[in-house]
Amino acid sequence: MAVDALPEPSIRVTPRRVGRNALRSSPIIVVAIICLTTIVLLAILAPLISPHDPQLLAPALRLKPASAEFPLGTDAYGRDVLSRIIYGGRISLLIGLGAALFSIAIGLLIGLVSGFFRWVDAVMMRIMDGLMAIPSILLAIAVVSLSGASLSTVLIAITIPEIPRVARLVRSIVLSAREEPYVEAAISVGSSLPKIMWRHLMPNTIAPLIVQGTYVCASAILTEAILSFLGAGISPEVPTWGNIMAEGRAFFQIKPSLIFWPGLMLSIAILSVNLIGDAARDALDPRLKQREGRK
Amino acid sequence: MLGYLIRRVLAAIPVMGVVALFVFLLLRLTPGDPAAILAGDNATPEQLDRIRTSLGLNEPLYTQFFTWIGKLLHGDLGVSLISNVPVMTMIGNRIEPTISIALSTIVLAVLIAVPLGVIAAWKRGTWIDRFVMGLSVIGFSVPVFVIGYVLIQVFAIDLRWFPVQGFRSLSRGFGPFAERIVLPTLTLSFIYIALIARMTRAAMLDVLDEDYVRTARAKGIAETGVLLRHALRNAAVPVITVIGTGFALLISGVVVTETVFNLPGIGRLTVDAVLARDYPVIQAMILLTSGIYVAVNLLIDLSYTLLDPRIRY
Repeated sequence: MAVDALPEPSIRVTPRRVGRNALRSSPIIVVAIICLTTIVLLAILAPLISPHDPQLLAPALRLKPASAEFPLGTDAYGRDVLSRIIYGGRISLLIGLGAALFSIAIGLLIGLVSGFFRWVDAVMMRIMDGLMAIPSILLAIAVVSLSGASLSTVLIAITIPEIPRVARLVRSIVLSAREEPYVEAAISVGSSLPKIMWRHLMPNTIAPLIVQGTYVCASAILTEAILSFLGAGISPEVPTWGNIMAEGRAFFQIKPSLIFWPGLMLSIAILSVNLIGDAARDALDPRLKQREGRK
Repeated sequence: MLGYLIRRVLAAIPVMGVVALFVFLLLRLTPGDPAAILAGDNATPEQLDRIRTSLGLNEPLYTQFFTWIGKLLHGDLGVSLISNVPVMTMIGNRIEPTISIALSTIVLAVLIAVPLGVIAAWKRGTWIDRFVMGLSVIGFSVPVFVIGYVLIQVFAIDLRWFPVQGFRSLSRGFGPFAERIVLPTLTLSFIYIALIARMTRAAMLDVLDEDYVRTARAKGIAETGVLLRHALRNAAVPVITVIGTGFALLISGVVVTETVFNLPGIGRLTVDAVLARDYPVIQAMILLTSGIYVAVNLLIDLSYTLLDPRIRY
């Protein structure tokens, strides 16, 4: 039979092979993975490794320079800056991960349904267009200011603007996949709608969503820091990188390190996630890589 | 063309409608009494009453919505709950710093990013390409306020080339005005340069392999002519598009940059309004920025026919 005569593809694309190729092609990814792993470990092990209580006020020790006891000095309330930075990663990573998961879950649902039902599509995409027209920072600070700044409202405020991007991506994939013969076949044998969506359409979206998820994660970490920096984020006594910087603003000319250290950690975290996202995109979509001319 | 123009303008109406509905419902759907949310914990009953009357919160929801939309369409954005000044007047007083840094950022970013992207594509795979792309990833990743403070530390505090913060109106002389917007402009440009350079490179790579580029080279046209007249012109549409979609980044960046540099612009006005829960100002700012975003992208869509004669509507 003709079908049997077709040769097996010589290279199987397995996740492990994809991962190995990505690592070999770019040593900088290794650095990014190491950086991100370190930040994640610091955040998880914060209670064990941070030298002081990040929330312990000590007015007598305010704005001390770096010393053996306080490696990065103290802030305006005498709290240890190093401990606050170590703890600060917890909120950033939590928000990044949470926003990525929730925006993908909701965006996937909206995208799958919109890609399949035209009338839903017409309404949904207008709503998504409207949401995308609102600058995400303004949307987030407005939501937080009205609902109060708790971890969950900040997470919701950051997730909402990310949903339309995910939904549009999923919808575009579904629109092209639903014309494929295997989907028509599934419809013709009477598979149920949820089954068609979950078993036949959803798998097409996994690779692009992994890539999109890393970008959402990076952008959510950034937005959380901006919210805290503007004073519209999680309450200031909880250490987050944005909060530490916001409190350092008034003392910038006396003690710039209050801004630079958390800024550096924030930049490294976002850079690592972005680089890992780029590598994932290159590995999962070789055509794109070729188009971009990377060797 | 006229038909397309009308269709495109009509298509922007539901988008702005969704924005307006969202802004309207945001306050009303937040759990709790909207007046109490805005007034804070220590509000007196008189204050609550004043907010309710001012925002029409005692009316049924749909009456509130249509009254509000009617006023909007007449250019009435409401009155600040804190200062009692019309929001339009507040925006008018604060618009100069914002327009100044936004315009100078767009000009600077295009002037730097487009050549960078063209060179990166032309020298694809070389260290120049990798350098430009590396810069672009860094530009995306380092938060605006971190860049701002690094620039202040280096150029204002260490080198003393520019004032640390503040703004001076153009009407009081160009020199003081210019030296105060240099650092905010540089700060805000980073992410925009990263975005435009990346897109220019990708768009150029797409067209550099085209037959007409090969033909141009074969005719013996100088390489700059090939790149600029034959390749870049054809790569212009995606580049212009990303300048439009990047406008959202610019708006968010303005809010942060104005805070870092203490500029009395509409970004700072928005943050202050959010912190004070001055809802009429918040909703006006969201509507205004979304409206600008939609309008900019509409203009860009319409500019395609000028840039690329093959596109006809």
